[in-house]
Amino acid sequence: MVLAAISKPTIDWAGVSPIIALLGGSIVVLLAGLLRGRFIREQLVPFLTVVAFGATIGLGIWQWDEAKDLFVAKGSQGALRLDDLTLMITFIVAVTGIGAVLLSWRALAPREAAHGEYFALMLTSAAGMVILAAAQNLVTVFLGLELLSVPLYVLCATEMRRERSLESGLKYLIIGSVGSATFLYGLAFIYGGTGATDFRDIATSISGGAAHDSLLLTGIALTLVGLAFKASVAPFHQWTPDVYEGAPTPVTAWMAVATKAAAFGGLLRIMDVALIDAHADWAPAVAALAAVTIVVGNVGALSQSSLKRLLAWSSVAQAGYLLAGVVGASKLGVQATVFYLSIYLFMNIAAFAVIIARERETPFGDDLRAVAGIGTSRPLLAWPLTLAMLSLAGMPATAGFIGKFTLIDAASSAGYTWLGIVIVIGSMISLAYYLKVVAAIWMRPAAVAAEVTTTADGSPRLAGADPAAERADWEVTLVAVLAGAAIVVFGVIPSPLLNLAADAGKSLGLF
Amino acid sequence: MSLPLSIPLWLPAAAAFLGLFLPGVASRVLVILGALGTLAWSIWAILDFERSAKGLQDVTDQVWIKQLGIHYKLGVDGLNLFLIALAAFIFLACLVWAAMKEWENASLFFFFLGVAESAVLGALMAQDLALFVLFFDLMLLPFLFLAGIWGPEATRVAAITKLFIYTLVGSLLMLAAAIATGVLVAQHSGNDISFAFSDLAKTPLPKGSQEWIFLCFAAAFLVKMPAFPFHGWMPDGYRNMPLPVLAVFSAVLSKVAAYGFLRVVLPIFPDASAHFQDLMLVLGLGSILYGSAMAFTTSEARLVLGYSSIAQLGFIVLGIFALNGDGAQGAILQAVNHGLVVAPAFVIVAYLAERTHGSEDIRDMGGIAFRAPVLATLFLIVTFANLAMPGSSNFAGEFLILLGVFHSKLVIAAIAFTGVGLAAVYSLRLFIRTMHNRVGAEVVSRDISFREGLVLVPLVAVIVALAFVPQFALKKGAPSIDRAVGKAQLITQPEITAVK
Repeated sequence: MVLAAISKPTIDWAGVSPIIALLGGSIVVLLAGLLRGRFIREQLVPFLTVVAFGATIGLGIWQWDEAKDLFVAKGSQGALRLDDLTLMITFIVAVTGIGAVLLSWRALAPREAAHGEYFALMLTSAAGMVILAAAQNLVTVFLGLELLSVPLYVLCATEMRRERSLESGLKYLIIGSVGSATFLYGLAFIYGGTGATDFRDIATSISGGAAHDSLLLTGIALTLVGLAFKASVAPFHQWTPDVYEGAPTPVTAWMAVATKAAAFGGLLRIMDVALIDAHADWAPAVAALAAVTIVVGNVGALSQSSLKRLLAWSSVAQAGYLLAGVVGASKLGVQATVFYLSIYLFMNIAAFAVIIARERETPFGDDLRAVAGIGTSRPLLAWPLTLAMLSLAGMPATAGFIGKFTLIDAASSAGYTWLGIVIVIGSMISLAYYLKVVAAIWMRPAAVAAEVTTTADGSPRLAGADPAAERADWEVTLVAVLAGAAIVVFGVIPSPLLNLAADAGKSLGLF
Repeated sequence: MSLPLSIPLWLPAAAAFLGLFLPGVASRVLVILGALGTLAWSIWAILDFERSAKGLQDVTDQVWIKQLGIHYKLGVDGLNLFLIALAAFIFLACLVWAAMKEWENASLFFFFLGVAESAVLGALMAQDLALFVLFFDLMLLPFLFLAGIWGPEATRVAAITKLFIYTLVGSLLMLAAAIATGVLVAQHSGNDISFAFSDLAKTPLPKGSQEWIFLCFAAAFLVKMPAFPFHGWMPDGYRNMPLPVLAVFSAVLSKVAAYGFLRVVLPIFPDASAHFQDLMLVLGLGSILYGSAMAFTTSEARLVLGYSSIAQLGFIVLGIFALNGDGAQGAILQAVNHGLVVAPAFVIVAYLAERTHGSEDIRDMGGIAFRAPVLATLFLIVTFANLAMPGSSNFAGEFLILLGVFHSKLVIAAIAFTGVGLAAVYSLRLFIRTMHNRVGAEVVSRDISFREGLVLVPLVAVIVALAFVPQFALKKGAPSIDRAVGKAQLITQPEITAVK
C-alpha cells in the first residue's frame, strides 16, 4: 500500500558537504561538551569547533567554481544552490567563526552557558547563515533565516548572571521575531503573486507579466523589510545598539559580521535572481533605504562613548554602504558587496578583539576610556584598532578604501552616482567618531582605574567587564594582529580578494 | 639608464618602517638616509631630464587592480619634476631639523614623517587618477598623528579633528568625483574602465558632467591649499603642529593641491575649467587680499606665515586659471619658490622662539638682530624672497603669473598687483618687529649655532641659487606645462594656437 508518493530529492553530497560539516560539527561539539573532563570542555570543545569551521572552508575550496542545485526534487529546481556566491559567504562566515571561537575560548560566556552548548549554537547559526545565502526557494530561505536567528537569540543571553546580556537576548528575540514574521508574510505575498516558490520560477512568472501585481509588490516590500531587520538597515535598526552592547562581546563580534554577510547573501539572491525583472520597482526603494541608513547610522554613532554601541551604529552605516552594491543588480554590484563583506570581517574582528582584550585588562568594560593611551602601552592592540577605525572610515592604504571605491564604482555604473556621493558624505560624518577612537588611543593619557571600580548602585564595574581576572590573553592579541594585518594587506593587494568576489558576482548570471 | 620610480618613492617609507624597530638615534639616521637617497635621485633626475622634452619619462606602468581599472602608473615630466625635488629637499631639511630635537617616542615620530614623504611623492608622481586620489588622501594621515601625538596637549585633539574633517570633506568628494569620471569616460568611450590620466584625457566628458566633477575637485584642492574662504582649519591646525612638521606641511602639501589643478583638472575637464575661470580667479584674488590683510594684523609668528601662505597660494591659483602658458609656468615656479621660502621661515620662527623663552608672539620679540647678525641676514634674504624683491626667483614667478593674468583678465591683474605691495608690508613687518625695534623683555639674543646653521643655511642657499637662475626651472618645465593648460586655453582663447 502506497501512502503517499514522496519523491525523494537527489542529493549532491559533495555540494552539501560544507553544511554537513557545520551541522555535524555542532552535534559532535554538543556531545563532547557533555564529557566531564575540564580539559575536554575548555580546550577540546573550542578546538573541535575550529576544526569544524576549518573543514567547512576546506570543503568549500574543494567545491569552488562548481555551480549546481542541491536537493533537486521532481518538479522543483532545488532547495539550495551551491555557487561561488554561496561559497564566498560560507568562507566569510567560517573565518569569522574561527575568530569568534578564539575570542570566546577563555571568555566568560561559554563558562556560564556550558561550553558544548555555546559552541554548538555557534555552529548551528553558521549553518543557518550558509543556508540563507544558498537558498533559492522561499521555504528554504525562511528556514535559513530562522536557523541563524534562534541560536543567536540564545547566544546573546549566555552571560546568564548579567542583566544586560539577558535583556539583549530578549530584545533580540522579540524584535528578531517581528522581523522574521514580516519576512514570512512577505514571502507568502510573493508566492501569492507569482504562484511559485522556486526563485527561477518566480523570475519567469514576473517576466511573464506579474511584475505589477500588487500582491507581488507588497511581498517585495515586506521581504525587504524582513531582511532589513536582520542586516540592521534603518529604519529597522533600533535593536542593534542595545543588542550589540548587551551581548557578550565575542557573540557581538560573531553576529555583527556573520549575520550581516548572510543577510546580504540572501538579499542578493532574492533580489538578483527571483525579483530581477522587478528591478525597476525595488531599486529606488533600496537606494532610498541605503541613503537613510547611511545618514542615520553615522549620525547615531556620533555621541556614543561605548565602543560596542559605536560599532553597532557604525554597522548600521556600513549596511547602508553595502546596499549601494545591491541597488544596481549588476555583476559589479554583487562583486562590490561581497568584497566589502569580506573586508568588513577583518575590520570588525580587529576592533572587537581589541575591545575584548581591554575588557579583560581594565575595569572600564567597553567604554572609550578602556583604550585611552594604549598607543604607548599596548602597541599590538593599538595598531589593529587604529587600522580598523581608519579602514571603516575608508582611509587609503587600508582595505576600507578599496571597499568604498568598489561600492561607489558599482553605484555610479548603475546610474546611482548620487548614492556614491551619499556614501562619501556618510564617510565624512563617520570621521568624527572614528577619529574619537583614534584620538583616545594615541593622544589621550590612560584613564585611571581607581575611579570606576563600582557604579552608583554598588554593582561592580561597567557592563561587559570580566570580573574573573585582569589578564592579557595571547589568542585575543593574535586575532587582533592578524585581522589588522589583513586590513593593510588587502588595502595594498586587493586583487586576489577582488577576483574571488568577481567570481561570486558572475555566479548570479547578471550583467 | 633610469631607476624605476618606485625606488625613490618608497625609500623614505621603507627606511621609516625599518626605523620603527631600531632605537631612537639609529632610526633617525636611517630615515634621514632614506630622504637623502630620494633627494639625490631627484637632483639626478633634473640633470638627466633634458634628453627629451615630450611626454612622461621614467614611466612605471603596471595594472594594480585589474577589476577596477586602476594602474600603478608613475611618471615624471616638467610639471612635477621640480615639485618632487622641492618635496625631497624640504623633507630632508625638516628631518635633519627634527633629528636635532628630542621627541618622546622618537622612532614613531620619524616613521610618520617618512610615510608622509612617500605619500607626498606618490601624489606628485601618480599618473593614474585613482592612485593620485589615494596618495592625496594618504598624505594627510601621518600629519593627523604627528599633530595629534606631539602637538600641545590641551588643544590638539580638537584641532586635528577639525583639520582632518575639513580637509577630508574635500578629498572624499574628490574620491566620488574621480570614480564617476572613470565610470563616465568608460561609458562614453565604450572601453574598459581605466583611471590612467592618458586614457581619461582621450575622451572628453559632456560639459554638464565636467562641471559638477570640477567643483568636487576644486573643493578638495582649495581646502588643502588652503584658499579663502576654505581656510577655516588653518589657524588651529597651524597652532597645533610641532614646527618641523608644520614647515613640511605648509611648504609641500599645499603645493600638491595646486599641482592637482594642473595635472588633473585642466587637462581632463577643460570645458569646466574655462567655465569656472572667473570664479576661480576671484577666489584667488580673495585669498591674496584676505591672506595679506590677516598676515598684517595677526601677532602670532606662525600664523603670519600661515596667512601669507594663503596669499601666496592665491597668486598660484591666479596663475593656473590665467589658462595660458605664462601663468601656469609662473604658478609652478611660484609653488617651488614659496615652498623654499616658507620652510626656512618656520625654522627662523622656531629659532626666534628659542630666544624669547618659547613665545611665538611677535610682540614679545624685537631687537634680536642686535646680537645675531648672521641670523638676521639669513632672515632678511628669506624676507626679500617672500616679498618678491626684484632679482629673487619669487619676483620671476609673480611676474609671470601677473603677465599671464594680464593677458586673459585685465581687471583681475590690476587688483592682483596690490597683492605684491601687500606682501612687502607683511613680510617687512614680521622682520622689523622681530629683528629691529626695542629689545623685547624676555629676549635673550644670540647668534645661530653651528647645528642651527646646518638646517637653515642650505635652505637659504637654495633660495639664493634659484634667484640667479630661475629660468633653469622654467625652461625644463615649459613644454609639459604648456601641454597641461593647452586644452583649456583653446576654449577660452580660440584665436591662439595653444601648444606653441
